[in-house]
Amino acid sequence: MALTDSLLSLVIFLPLVAAFILMFVLRGEDAAAQHNAKVLALVATIANFVASIFILTSFDKNNTGFQLVETHEWLAGLQYKVGVDGISVLFVMLTTFLMPIVIGACWKVEHRVKEYMIAFLVLESLMIAVFCALDMILFYVVFEAGLIPMFLIIGIWGGKERIYASFKFFLYTLLGSVLMLVAMLYMWWDAGTTDIPTLLNTHTFDSADFTILGITIVGGIQTLLFLAFLASFAVKMPMWPVHTWLPDAHVQAPTAGSVVLAAVLLKMGGYGFLRFSLPMFPEASAILADFVMTLSVIAIIYTSLVAMMQEDMKKLIAYSSVAHMGFVTMGIFAMNQQGIDGAIFQMISHGFISGALFLAVGVIYDRMHTRDIDAYGGLVVRMPVYALVFMLFTMANVGLPGTSGFVGEFLTLVGAFQANTWVAFGATTGVILSAAYALWLYRRVVFGDLIKESLKSIADMDTREKLMMAPLIVMTILLGVYPALVLDLIGPAVSNLLDNVATAQGVVETVAPVVSH
Amino acid sequence: MEQILLFAPLVGALICGFGHRMIGEKAAMMVATGLLFLSAILSWVAFLTFHGNDHVIPLMRWVESGGLSTDWAIRVDRLTVIMLIVITTVSSLVHLYSWGYMADDPQWKEGERYKPRFFAYLSFFTWAMLMLVTADNLLQLFFGWEGVGVASYLLIGFYYRKPTANAAAIKAFVVNRVGDFGFSLGIFGLYFLTKSINFSEILDPHTAEAISQQTIRFLSWDINALEVITMLLFIGAMGKSAQLFLHTWLPDAMEGPTPVSALIHAATMVTAGVFMVCRLSPLMEYATFTPNFIIVIGATTAFFAATVGLVQNDIKRVIAYSTCSQLGYMFVAAGIGAYPVAMFHLFTHAFFKAMLFLGAGSVIHAMHHEQDMRNYGNLRKKIPYTFAAMMIGTLAITGVGIPLTHIGFAGFLSKDAIIESTFAAGAGPAQYAFIMLVIAAAMTSFYSWRLIFLTFYGTERGDKHTHEHAHESPMVMLIPLAVLALGAIFAGMLWYEDFFGHHVEEFFGHSVYANHDTNHVIHDAHSVPNWVKVSPFVAMLSGFILAWIMYIKKPTAPAKLAEQHSGLYAFLQNKWYFDELYDLIFVNPAKALGRFLWKKGDGKVIDGGINGLAMGIIPFLTKWAGRAQSGYLFHYAFAMFLGLAAIITYFAITGGAH
Repeated sequence: MALTDSLLSLVIFLPLVAAFILMFVLRGEDAAAQHNAKVLALVATIANFVASIFILTSFDKNNTGFQLVETHEWLAGLQYKVGVDGISVLFVMLTTFLMPIVIGACWKVEHRVKEYMIAFLVLESLMIAVFCALDMILFYVVFEAGLIPMFLIIGIWGGKERIYASFKFFLYTLLGSVLMLVAMLYMWWDAGTTDIPTLLNTHTFDSADFTILGITIVGGIQTLLFLAFLASFAVKMPMWPVHTWLPDAHVQAPTAGSVVLAAVLLKMGGYGFLRFSLPMFPEASAILADFVMTLSVIAIIYTSLVAMMQEDMKKLIAYSSVAHMGFVTMGIFAMNQQGIDGAIFQMISHGFISGALFLAVGVIYDRMHTRDIDAYGGLVVRMPVYALVFMLFTMANVGLPGTSGFVGEFLTLVGAFQANTWVAFGATTGVILSAAYALWLYRRVVFGDLIKESLKSIADMDTREKLMMAPLIVMTILLGVYPALVLDLIGPAVSNLLDNVATAQGVVETVAPVVSH
Repeated sequence: MEQILLFAPLVGALICGFGHRMIGEKAAMMVATGLLFLSAILSWVAFLTFHGNDHVIPLMRWVESGGLSTDWAIRVDRLTVIMLIVITTVSSLVHLYSWGYMADDPQWKEGERYKPRFFAYLSFFTWAMLMLVTADNLLQLFFGWEGVGVASYLLIGFYYRKPTANAAAIKAFVVNRVGDFGFSLGIFGLYFLTKSINFSEILDPHTAEAISQQTIRFLSWDINALEVITMLLFIGAMGKSAQLFLHTWLPDAMEGPTPVSALIHAATMVTAGVFMVCRLSPLMEYATFTPNFIIVIGATTAFFAATVGLVQNDIKRVIAYSTCSQLGYMFVAAGIGAYPVAMFHLFTHAFFKAMLFLGAGSVIHAMHHEQDMRNYGNLRKKIPYTFAAMMIGTLAITGVGIPLTHIGFAGFLSKDAIIESTFAAGAGPAQYAFIMLVIAAAMTSFYSWRLIFLTFYGTERGDKHTHEHAHESPMVMLIPLAVLALGAIFAGMLWYEDFFGHHVEEFFGHSVYANHDTNHVIHDAHSVPNWVKVSPFVAMLSGFILAWIMYIKKPTAPAKLAEQHSGLYAFLQNKWYFDELYDLIFVNPAKALGRFLWKKGDGKVIDGGINGLAMGIIPFLTKWAGRAQSGYLFHYAFAMFLGLAAIITYFAITGGAH
């Protein structure tokens, strides 16, 4: 059996196996056992990253179809089918790349360490499965199941208000996913299959207008399906106005939880738009593109303004994440090459940058046990390395050219300008606002004189913290200077996606008049 | 060679910034300075050996997406090589000067290693600026543009303990971002129209002509495409070059160490906007509204900044407003289509303005970091070399020379060239600009001489102790002044023919474009009436005489005048109240809106509304779950998962496939 035959399954299940080993083999609650749990989790995640590199090396970027596909019968006519294409492969890589860093960020945790590690390992398996799933139901299961470990991470290892935050997080996302489930069941009934490649390539959902209770639904079934998926993905992104769970979740989540949440979980919504909404409901996408782009622009301006006024570091970065995800949805629904290339790039890059920013908050939180911006000031005096790292990621967050933050922002805006100048105009104000809130945060935390008594003996980043930051620094600059590493991989797949969307729209348009008569 | 001169400063910055712990402070600074001198020497070689052989050296791919394709590259043409020598010459001298100026800065505590950081920033800035001028597409230009912005931010905020320095740094960055807002939209628009942002395509006059005949639906209006694009791009230039409405950051930027002011906020970065307009000359040539707008903004800035400069007491602020004003002159030249003349003034201004700043730094150094001119006086004997340098700088900026000849200090030739070209450009905005520029010339002369008189003449004011200990600066600071003095004296005369005289076209080649059907401004400028040619000289003289009367003859006059016109004085002293106005209409409302959206929008409306249901459920759930202690979460999650599995199984068995 060639390695590639079950490579994806290996990468999906390796963390899960490690979690089982932890659960059933590792015994004891003492410090040594806790340490062993961390080491095992770290080894497993690193091994998984190494394994995932083989995905990348055996990936043919010019093949726009699904690769490394594996199919196994599952229960009652359902299937376990996984595979990657140019759109999903980098999300898998992002996840495996970040997980060792996430485990590293847990190193100081002492409360129920074994369970904590299990939660993250299970989460890793589920997240990778989301990006690999080629069966709609499988996708749904792992997509929703991913909530559970995250819910637990916040609820058990979180801050003071963790119960409120975890429920808010849970209810919001559940609300959306119920609608998505209904839509998927309809699609299953309509198409007779849950196979994603089949749904993408051979099935077209009806988009003829129809009237119900005197209201004409433009785009018909497609529009309804689109909206149902939107309900789920919009919460996950999160898009305005269903974003308010995110700041609370971030504030209460432990550092490692925040990193996973911002870096990977938020990308599931964007990925969902690209895997389902755009290619399966092309007509509805065209109808609702302006609507989604408008929400995106509102998100960018609104949350940037709100970010400016925050007094809690994590809230500020959380709001900034919402703004950055606004660029993603805007780019996707610009529905052109630059827009979607930019959206995917922005998601990958945001994974590194937001992850690093939350780690940076974690560094000083671990020392001072407060996220209050006013509790800091003048850190540069005692923490020069920290100041440098934080500056780099602040600038990346602001979208400075030469960092990966710029490329995504730039491409999504180029895309948006071609679709709608109002949208581009509004979103570009984000470059002003992001500079204002990010630099203002930096100034209040790092610059100024160090006068607060409590900070007088604060220590600079230690080796573990530097090791966690180093790969993120490398990626942020590397992708900023040579974005072809990502763009070359996603380009053909995106172009293929757009061709299919255009063809589908063409087909539907010629059919539509017949139906409406 | 180009690669070496371009990346030497970056290497210097990295070694100096990261390696100083390993190789020591002195060695690190030596590396940074040495590499910059290397870069400067190579730049001069590039400049002197350049004979119209425009070429592009590709380095690496950059952003490529669909039809959008950009490379990292080095474009070498006349505009580039002019900028290369300006940047590297001033920068290397500023590096050298900083050895003395930054030697023992009282703002730092014992043992704090601030010098390598300073040199690393300076070198990094230089690299970013070089990337800007060697760009072969708008994106790399934008990279340099933002890179110099960051360097400027870091250097303005160099004294990070000072709240005012931090505020000024953020202000500089954010105001520049307002400009970048326009710049970015311009780039998007240009790509939308031409499917390219590479200079080889967008700077083709045919492209510009084609765009000028299109309309674009921008926001809700159909407007001429070229006017929209050029206007948006110019907004970027306004930010970086501190033109009216986006100028407020520049005076505050004086919070940075003085060598920074000389390099970044006088000689190089702030001229990037002028460079950009010249670089985009083919686009500007086919637009009509935008060039007129540039002329009006430039002329008004020249006038406005000069009026404010009249009453400033901080020596650096006077020079800062003077910079702002001189940039206005350059923009007028670019706006009327006299791009070589704009570059001429950019070139000469770099020398004399850097010198004025470094001279001011030398004064400040001598006076123990006192910057208020009201505490200076009679310093010419204590710091004679600095005095000589400042005199040469002043003679250059005020435009001293022999009227109707080509003999004079650098500013005499370049500034007069602008004023003559502006007159030649005819009626309309250019006429307005001509009047404004002549008036501004008089004011320039007044505030420049006022600075000299207050600082070097009259009686010693302020702290006695400081005056007693005033001392001349060390050689490392005086040598850069001497070199720049050569430039301030001779740069105008040496290169007059190339920038404004008979060799303009062959000198500039294809690096700037003039549409000869409509643009003869440089040719016409040589045949303007003699009264026009003499007018800046007369303005200069009247400014000098007035300053002499007010600050030498009757030193009580200024106070009396300020009292008589207290309203006007306050208006000028407060810089036309721009900062207050912006706080009122932008900053405060943005903050209020942010707070409102957070507390009311997120808090009341969204969480209150959408979440209302959840809020009702949560207390119930927590109460219920409370009994189960922390284990409830597992239960809850498990229940959810089971439910989910049940639903799916049900559908799988029953309704799945029809």
